[in-house]
This record gives sequence, structure tokens and C-alpha cells, in this order.
Amino acid sequence: MEKFISLAHGDGGELSHRLIRDVFINAFGDGNEAMFDAASVIISNSKIAVTTDSFVIKPIFFPGGSIGKLAVAGTVNDLAVSGAKPVYLTCGFIIEEGFPVADLRQIVLDMANEARKTGVVIVAGDTKVVERGSADGVYINTTGIGVYQPNMGCSLEFEEGDAIIVSGTIGDHGIAVLTARGELGITVPINSDCASLNTMLDEVLQHSKGVRIMRDPTRGGLATTLVEIAEDFNITMKINEIDVPVKGEVHGVCDLLGFDPLYLANEGKAIIVVAENERNKVIDILREFPEGENAVVIGTIIGKEKGQLLLETPLGSKRILNRLSGTMFPRIC
Amino acid sequence: MLEILKQSSNPEICKPLVEAVIEKAKEFQQKFGRRPAFMEVCGSHTMSLARTGVKQCLKDEVNLISGPGCPVCVTDQRSIDAMIALAEGENRIICTFGDMMRVPGSNKTLLDSKIAGKDIRVLYSPVEAIKIAEENPDKEVIFLGVGFETTIPILTLMVGEAEKRSIGNFSIWMTTKLVEPVLRYLLDAGEVNLDGFLLPGHVSIVLGENSYKYLVDEYHISGVITGFETAELLFGIYKSIELALTGQAAIINNHPSIVTKTGNQVIHQWMDKYLTECDEAWRGIGVIPNSGLDLKPEYSQFNAKKRFTVEVGEPRKTKCRCGEVIRGLISPNECSLFGKACHPMNPVGPCMVSAEGSCAAYYQYMRESF
Amino acid sequence: MCVGVPAKVVKKNEYSAIVDVMGSQTTVGIIFVPDVNIGDYVIVHAGQAMSIVDETYAKQSVEEWRKLVDARNSEAIK
Repeated sequence: MEKFISLAHGDGGELSHRLIRDVFINAFGDGNEAMFDAASVIISNSKIAVTTDSFVIKPIFFPGGSIGKLAVAGTVNDLAVSGAKPVYLTCGFIIEEGFPVADLRQIVLDMANEARKTGVVIVAGDTKVVERGSADGVYINTTGIGVYQPNMGCSLEFEEGDAIIVSGTIGDHGIAVLTARGELGITVPINSDCASLNTMLDEVLQHSKGVRIMRDPTRGGLATTLVEIAEDFNITMKINEIDVPVKGEVHGVCDLLGFDPLYLANEGKAIIVVAENERNKVIDILREFPEGENAVVIGTIIGKEKGQLLLETPLGSKRILNRLSGTMFPRIC
Repeated sequence: MLEILKQSSNPEICKPLVEAVIEKAKEFQQKFGRRPAFMEVCGSHTMSLARTGVKQCLKDEVNLISGPGCPVCVTDQRSIDAMIALAEGENRIICTFGDMMRVPGSNKTLLDSKIAGKDIRVLYSPVEAIKIAEENPDKEVIFLGVGFETTIPILTLMVGEAEKRSIGNFSIWMTTKLVEPVLRYLLDAGEVNLDGFLLPGHVSIVLGENSYKYLVDEYHISGVITGFETAELLFGIYKSIELALTGQAAIINNHPSIVTKTGNQVIHQWMDKYLTECDEAWRGIGVIPNSGLDLKPEYSQFNAKKRFTVEVGEPRKTKCRCGEVIRGLISPNECSLFGKACHPMNPVGPCMVSAEGSCAAYYQYMRESF
Repeated sequence: MCVGVPAKVVKKNEYSAIVDVMGSQTTVGIIFVPDVNIGDYVIVHAGQAMSIVDETYAKQSVEEWRKLVDARNSEAIK
């Protein structure tokens, strides 16, 4: 096998065949689904969930994960927070000419491992190669199919007093990736939280009928995702600054660069809004999983008239939180 | 030590401090029949006061007025347009603090130029720009040197480094501002009635406590050098009210752990070596004589203003009242654009875009319910 | 005006030092604080250490706050 991807790997000929055989099938397996131009899969007679997401990240390998792990976990999480059980995945690769085959192998291996862990099967895939300079290394798109299970899911009906839970510390992914780029000269001994949450969230739904909604606060961070929930369902949510879990290291970097952890990306966290009387049960379930060991209640639903998110400061004053407005730049002021 | 530093945000200390300040403020109100009014000179104070909730907690008792201490906000429109025009030149790498990227010029922002393909780089540590110049010998590397006394010395380090390494393709576009001249301007203009200043903790690292004597001697007004954490802010305000109650003018160093009497002398040496006073134009004010620092003539090779000419037209007129906000004459929500035509996603003036701009702080942190 | 962050010096070179901010580490210039020692806290602005934090004064400030808070508490009890 060649050391670097060339345009010929994407032209459908012998090199393409070898790439698919040696790199992809080797890792993903050659299931019966993949014998034809389209994969044939069987889904039990139920409502299904479909989601698609594209992954572009710099650096491609970062502490705690890679674009491959992320491409599986990200799509799995989108299905899982919708209350669906992820079953199948497809993946599309856009690869830049000259990309090291060894890196591609590692990425594909990371995808295969994450898929195995989460119980999803990768049933279809595609690769394209673009000229050097037309892409930055590799981009991956994954589409996921999930199955809703009968009598299980989120009610999307909210009550005053509902608890807002976050499944662990926020901003780990944002800071791990930002500092891994090496441009800022900051070393942070933490990993991205990149992880599939489907098993943990399935357990929550199995045991609690009080779940109102689940979301994963990825780009835009905790605050942006909560603002979206508040506006979409016209509810007033209040979170307590002091209760929002942030690692010291993440705090430190935020202080240096003038960032706000509430707006940093996460890739392995869930927000769960749950009925007040079920909150302890859900917290207990989450804490049984390594991804949820720091799960905590960070706030409550305080009204149903106005769609907005409030933050209570340690002094007890409240302020409105908005969506992330534009890219965060390191600042001196 | 860490434990000591953490105390400044300990709610068990901060919450009762709020009550202590309110009580003191009530005492002032009984005596004078109005709320005490203080100007926080520094933009970081504006942001901290809003973010920590101190301003919100005190809003009925203490009138906290934001001052001219956000370097991006006080830069006049023509200078901002000039910096954006500078980025249009060929074969240039523009290096800047992140703060400048989204500041609205008359026609566009630096971010717009970057999107359009210009090489504009955001640096956290400006000294990186020297490395960039070394790595790109065929390009001109220009650093946008905005800032007050805390940031200015760091610009001199860059010049020192470029000099040491004989780097010919590096220069700084100096648009710096000094605290004393603008405070004098505000006091001379007499437009705002103040019972004292909350003086900037970090600028004071450079200036030192003694540098504020003119406030007392010439203007009979007090100043309390204040830190940025919740307890530091509250105690600074408490001390300010206490002073105002006595009617005595004085300078109190409320941040002695980092601010000395005479300021950091090593920094003074660096500044004296490279810099000389110059006139600077301030937004909403105009030119204040000797209110900025420029490179001395012998360092002209590092002075981008001497090396490049940019042409800028008459700045676009808007209804933006940043100028009055900076001078403490109006609060952000008194501007007709605030929260409507002007918001963080579409800032009309710099006060809405800079993280420490009064309007941005007000928009992000002061709106309790809309 | 200026973001400044306290950071602990963990390694000192001639013109730079490695500092720790709550577990994250970065390199800062120390030209302005030549007397800094390992273990000292410095205020970092734009990649430069601007001032050494004086522990005695820092402690004194906290004591002043506490004194004010305690005085109020004891008054409340009376």
C-alpha cells in the first residue's frame, strides 16, 4: 500500500479498490449489507430517526480522540439525545491528496472501535480525493439511523420546577482542541470529552418517565444549547453559575484568553431536563457511567411565559444569557 | 497563596460585602440626598462589575459610570478605518489582538478582510509577531499596537526583540492611549459629576500609586486603585464611599499586592527608552495633546505609520453614541441604536463589540429581563 | 482595560518562565519582573508577567474584607 493518498485513489480504479479493501473493509468489516451500490438493512417496524453531520477539525488527532472517533460519537449522540437507539451509520470521506495513509488507517480504526463500543454498524461509505490545497487533510460526513423504542423517550412537555442536569464538566473539548493546535503555547493536561453517550442515555430513558428533553451541547456550548431549548419551547430557564461544573484547567485557560466556558464546545456531554421528582434518580443513573460521573443539577425551569435563559451569579443577581455571537478570539481587554 | 487569591470570589465574603456597601451607600444618600457616583475608568472593571453581578446588586444604591478605559472603544473612527485600510495592502501580514477583529470600520471589519483572503492573524502574545516576521522575510509584518499603559510596555518588548534580531520587515502601527490625559480632559470638561474614580488595578502596576496625586492636588477628587475580582470590586467601592462621606480627597491603594507606590520601574525603563509622548485622537472627544505614546524617531524603522501610508476617507456617520458613552455622559441603553440596530452580532460602534466595551457589557450582563 | 491573570511560576529561564494557571501551563516573558522566583505568583497580561503578587499584602486585603464582614455579623447578633 502506498504511503500517501493520491488523486488516483479516488478515481474508482485499482487504487480505489485497494484503498477500500485494505483500509476500510479491513476495519469496518465486509458485511452482507455492503454487497451492492446501496446497503440493504432491516429495521423493525418502528419510527426511525435520521441525522447527518460533517466533521472538520484541526488537529485531526487531539488529546482524547480523533476526527474518526468524533465522527461516530457525534452522530451517535445526536440520535441518542433524540431518544432513538442508534443502529446504522454511513460515512463519506473527503481526503486531500498527499494525506498519509497511516493516519487514514488510524482514523478508520478509531471509527471502527467507537462503532463497536456503541453497537452501531457502519453499512455504507464513500471516499473522494481532492487536489492538494482543496481540503485540509480529511473531512468526514456520517449519517446515522436510529430506532425509537416504544413507550420510551422525551415528553417535550415542561413544568415549572423541572431540573436542568448536565452530565459533566463543560468546555473540555473546546479547550483540549484549541490548545492541541499548539498556536497559543498553552499546555493543558486534559482530554477532549469526546464520547458516545447512547448507552448512558438509554439507561436514563429506560428508568425514568420524567425526561422532558435531552440535547448535546456541542458547538456554541452549554449556553447556546440552553438558549435554543428555552426559545423553542418558550420556557424560562435559570442556571446557577456556581453549580456549572468546569475543570480548573479549563477555567485557567479561559482566564488567560478571555473566554467564557459556557460557550466552549463539548463532544461528550448531555443536557437533560427532567421532572423535579425524578432528578435524583437520573443523577444516580448518570453517575454510574464514567461519562456521567460528574453529572449535576445546574438549574431549573422557572417559568413558561418567556423563552429565555438566565444565569444567577454567586452574588444572587441574574442576567440574560444569549447565543454565542461570532467566533471567540483571545483578547487582552 | 492560591487559597488567599480564591477568597476574592468567595460568596461567604462577597455577599456580606454587598450589604456593607449598600449600607454605606445609604449613609451617603442620607447625608447628600443622592446616590454616590463613581467612574470605573477601566473597561475590564466595566466588564467585571457586570459579569460578577456587582453592578446589578448595587444599581439602586450606587451610580457606577463607565469611563474611557476600553482601548478599542476610545480609538477614533479614522484610526480604525486606517488600520483596516492598512490590511488591504499587498504582501502584508497584519497581527493583532483578538479585540480588534470585529470592530466596525466605516465600511468593513478586519474579520471581513480576513474572510476575503487577507493574511490577518490574531495573537495572544504579541512577541509572536517577531517570529512570524522572521519566518516570512518577503512579507511586511505589521502589529496593530492598541492599548493603555498595561499593554504599551509589551509593544516596546517587540521593538527591542526586532532590534536585537535585526528584523527589517516588522513594524508597529501605534495607536496607544494614556490614562492621565483623558482623566484630566473629563475633569476639565466637567460634564460628569463624580464622587471619585475606581482606578484601574492593572494599569496601576505600571503607573504606581503616586502617579495619581494630581487627582487630589489639582482636582480634589479621590481615587481608589481597585482589583477585578468580586470582593476587590466591592471593597474598592466601599472605600470610595467612605472617602466621599468624609469629604476628603485621597488616593487609596486597594490593590497593594500587585501595585506599588512608584510602579514597575523595569517597565518604566523600557518605555522611556523607546517611547515619546504624542497627540492622539479619541472617539467622541477629538485630539487630546500628549495623550498617547509613539516610538521615538530613532526607532522609525519599526514605526508602521512612518513606513506605510494609507488613505482613509471621511468616516461614515452613524447615530452611534459611543463617544458619549465613553465620556460617561449617557449609559448604553440611552442610545437609540442599543439592542435594536446595534447588538453584538451587528455592532455599529466599538463599545458593542469589544468584550469590555460598555455597550457589550451592558447588553450581555445587565439585562435582567427584556 | 487589560485582562490580567494570577499565575504561579513553576520553571524559570533567563527571559521567560513556565507558569501554571489552575493546572494549565504556558510560557510567559519575565523581562519586566527579573526578580521573580519559582513559586511566586505573577500577573500575566498578553503573555508577559507584569508584577509579582505580594503574599503579605494579598493576605492583608483578605483580612480587611473579613474584618468588615465580621464586624457586620457581630453587630447583627447584638
